[in-house]
Amino acid sequence: MNLTMSPDDQMYRAKFLNWLKENIPTEVAWAEEDISEDWQTQAEIFRKFQRKLFDAGYAGIHWPKEYGGQSGTLMQHIIVTEELSANYPWKMFDSLSVGLVAPTLLSRGTEEQKKEFIPKILSGEHIWCQGFSEPNAGSDLANLSTSAVRMGDRYIVNGQKVWTSIGHLADYCILVVRTDPKASKHKGLSYLLVYMKSPGVTVRPIKQITGEAEYNELFFDNVEVPLDRLVGKENEGWLIAITTLMFERIMNEVSILPKLQKSLDRLIDLANNTIRDGQVIIKNPVYRQKIALLQVDVEVMRLNQYRNLATLLKGEMPGPEGSIGKVFWSELNQRMQETALEIMGPYSQLLKGSKYAKDNGKWTFDFLRARGNTIEGGTTEIQKNIIGERVLGLPKDAVRRK
Amino acid sequence: MDFTLTIEQEMLRQSARKFLNTNFTNDYVREMWENTQGYEPEMWTKIADLGWMGLTIPEEYGGLGLTFRDLGVILHEMGRVVMPGPFFSTVVLATELIKMAGSEAQRSNLLEKIASGKLIATVALYEEEVEWGADGIKLSATKNGESYSLQGTKLFVPDAHCADLIIVAARTQKHVDVNEGISLFLVDPQAEGVKIELLPTMDHGRKQCAVSFLNTTVSSNEILGEVGKGWTILEKMLTRANIALGLEMLGGGEKVLEIATEYSKVRVQFGQPIGSYQAIKHKCAEMLLQVESSRSIAEYAAWTVDGNPHEESKSASLAKTYVGNMYRKAAAATLQILGGIGFSWEHDIHLYYKRALASEAMFGDTVFHLEHLASQWD
Repeated sequence: MNLTMSPDDQMYRAKFLNWLKENIPTEVAWAEEDISEDWQTQAEIFRKFQRKLFDAGYAGIHWPKEYGGQSGTLMQHIIVTEELSANYPWKMFDSLSVGLVAPTLLSRGTEEQKKEFIPKILSGEHIWCQGFSEPNAGSDLANLSTSAVRMGDRYIVNGQKVWTSIGHLADYCILVVRTDPKASKHKGLSYLLVYMKSPGVTVRPIKQITGEAEYNELFFDNVEVPLDRLVGKENEGWLIAITTLMFERIMNEVSILPKLQKSLDRLIDLANNTIRDGQVIIKNPVYRQKIALLQVDVEVMRLNQYRNLATLLKGEMPGPEGSIGKVFWSELNQRMQETALEIMGPYSQLLKGSKYAKDNGKWTFDFLRARGNTIEGGTTEIQKNIIGERVLGLPKDAVRRK
Repeated sequence: MDFTLTIEQEMLRQSARKFLNTNFTNDYVREMWENTQGYEPEMWTKIADLGWMGLTIPEEYGGLGLTFRDLGVILHEMGRVVMPGPFFSTVVLATELIKMAGSEAQRSNLLEKIASGKLIATVALYEEEVEWGADGIKLSATKNGESYSLQGTKLFVPDAHCADLIIVAARTQKHVDVNEGISLFLVDPQAEGVKIELLPTMDHGRKQCAVSFLNTTVSSNEILGEVGKGWTILEKMLTRANIALGLEMLGGGEKVLEIATEYSKVRVQFGQPIGSYQAIKHKCAEMLLQVESSRSIAEYAAWTVDGNPHEESKSASLAKTYVGNMYRKAAAATLQILGGIGFSWEHDIHLYYKRALASEAMFGDTVFHLEHLASQWD
């Protein structure tokens, strides 16, 4: 066991932090993050900054040069991901395109797809969204019914997707469709890359619990998709859809940890600056215990992550520890936000805009947003099925065994 | 960055598992539960022959001179079999104190005996009014010329009934800064005025005692470290004890999850294995999450002892809090999954559950360790 970082990596981190200080967009203050309803503006800020990263050689660091990457080391990739997440509170513009689409194309895409799409993802030219869930296919994703019928040199797509984050800003969509209606559930699905400005695509924002509209409904009405936008083989899309390989999941968690650490630091500040019953909250033993317990969880999550990364760095796939991250961080974030609201007492009700609101209503917003964490990207219940069945080898339930 | 065991540690782990599975079978562990000594001298010698008693003792004193992380590998495996007997008291508690504070003469005498399996030792800390900090140590040691006279009672002393040496924390000075005035005495359990009484505790595997001293005379040569400076050393030792316990509890939790998973696969109710029902499956998944997370923190904490001493004290509190909570919950969840048989004396789960409860109550409870972490914000 050795957990120290090499001098080269430490220098790389210092160099990147220096660059970041000079180049980070100043338009987004912490308390404004996620609260601005002007998504369009935020998307533009993101694109400009992503371009700067790309030009400076800080995008796609360990991906091949021929696809716009830097052919750098995985450790450098991790360092940049961590520091970006810790220092730039952007919305989820890159979590799908850089975090999910590019790696999927790298492992499954055709040469043409890799050359066409990956550089544009890295330079911020293309923002992507994910068309998986449907009104009747949530946790039971394979029940989806959006259809794609082959007609000459293209597919004709019809159907509806739902809960599509940033669908209203995306240039492209990874879309799972049914290409063989006669095949049993998991078979007969295909994975397409769909241009969102294609005729027949309608995007309707859905207002969510926070009051803003981050996610959308997508409607496809005879949308034409060229055959070369198929990833993998026809009717083998399920494999690609669930090939959200451990790798990508772990890299996503790399960017979540610094945010949780930051929330914890701010929570301690909040407790230091809130007086209740004549004493600062941080001196109240009940709150001290609660916050310390959150610190335990953040530290444990950090170590879980080091373990995963150490495995990846050796070129191996993580074992059981790789599958627990989603359940761990989503529930931890909820506990953290709940504690913040308890500390604020009646102030927890105040939204952005009130001069009495603490941190401009950010905690309340984040608390509400955190409710989504245990639902999006596979509910906690689905994650526990996966852990139970794939890691522990427990049998599937009778209905799903059929 | 690397989290895995070295080749040597992996070999140690494999041989430890093989030895413990062969020698500490369920039947044997239960036999030791009923045995008033809680161990057998022949088995103790066998363990000493493997070099485990002296694992972290320097080679000059007859040990193997390995790291705390290496010892952790063995403790982890011992947790899996709910190891009975005075290994933990001797090899973790007493050995660490002697290594840290002993004079050259004390080290060469005592450590050599421990390494060769000729000395069983323990540490007497807590008293009737349990306090985790220095103020809990009130047992008085009064100076009489060249010796001290001990007066008072220690509680929850592990394995004192079979120890050849008890290291007693006593107050040699009152009315000073609470962390000052504590000294560590090397006491022969046969000495006059020492009375040892086995406590009827839940976990019969790791036996505990009440030890009282009635004008027990101890020579001032038998003090470990400086007079009045014992607390700093005890604190360091307790840090290691918590880290060691973290690994032992990890082993226990890991084994408990195996018991739950195995049973869930084979136990059929309503025509299906109960593991196919989400009520059971999700319990197991939650256990896996906590066991794997425990592995990360427990192994990290063990590594800090030699790898990053600045983090040792903090990581000990993290490990004790997280792993302790995991072990107790995992054992309780498994008991529930087992149903009626889990509630029986016959099934082994209660051995694990009781060890989990006993472990969590040792060396500072969760409230204490969380406050230790919180104190860094002040």
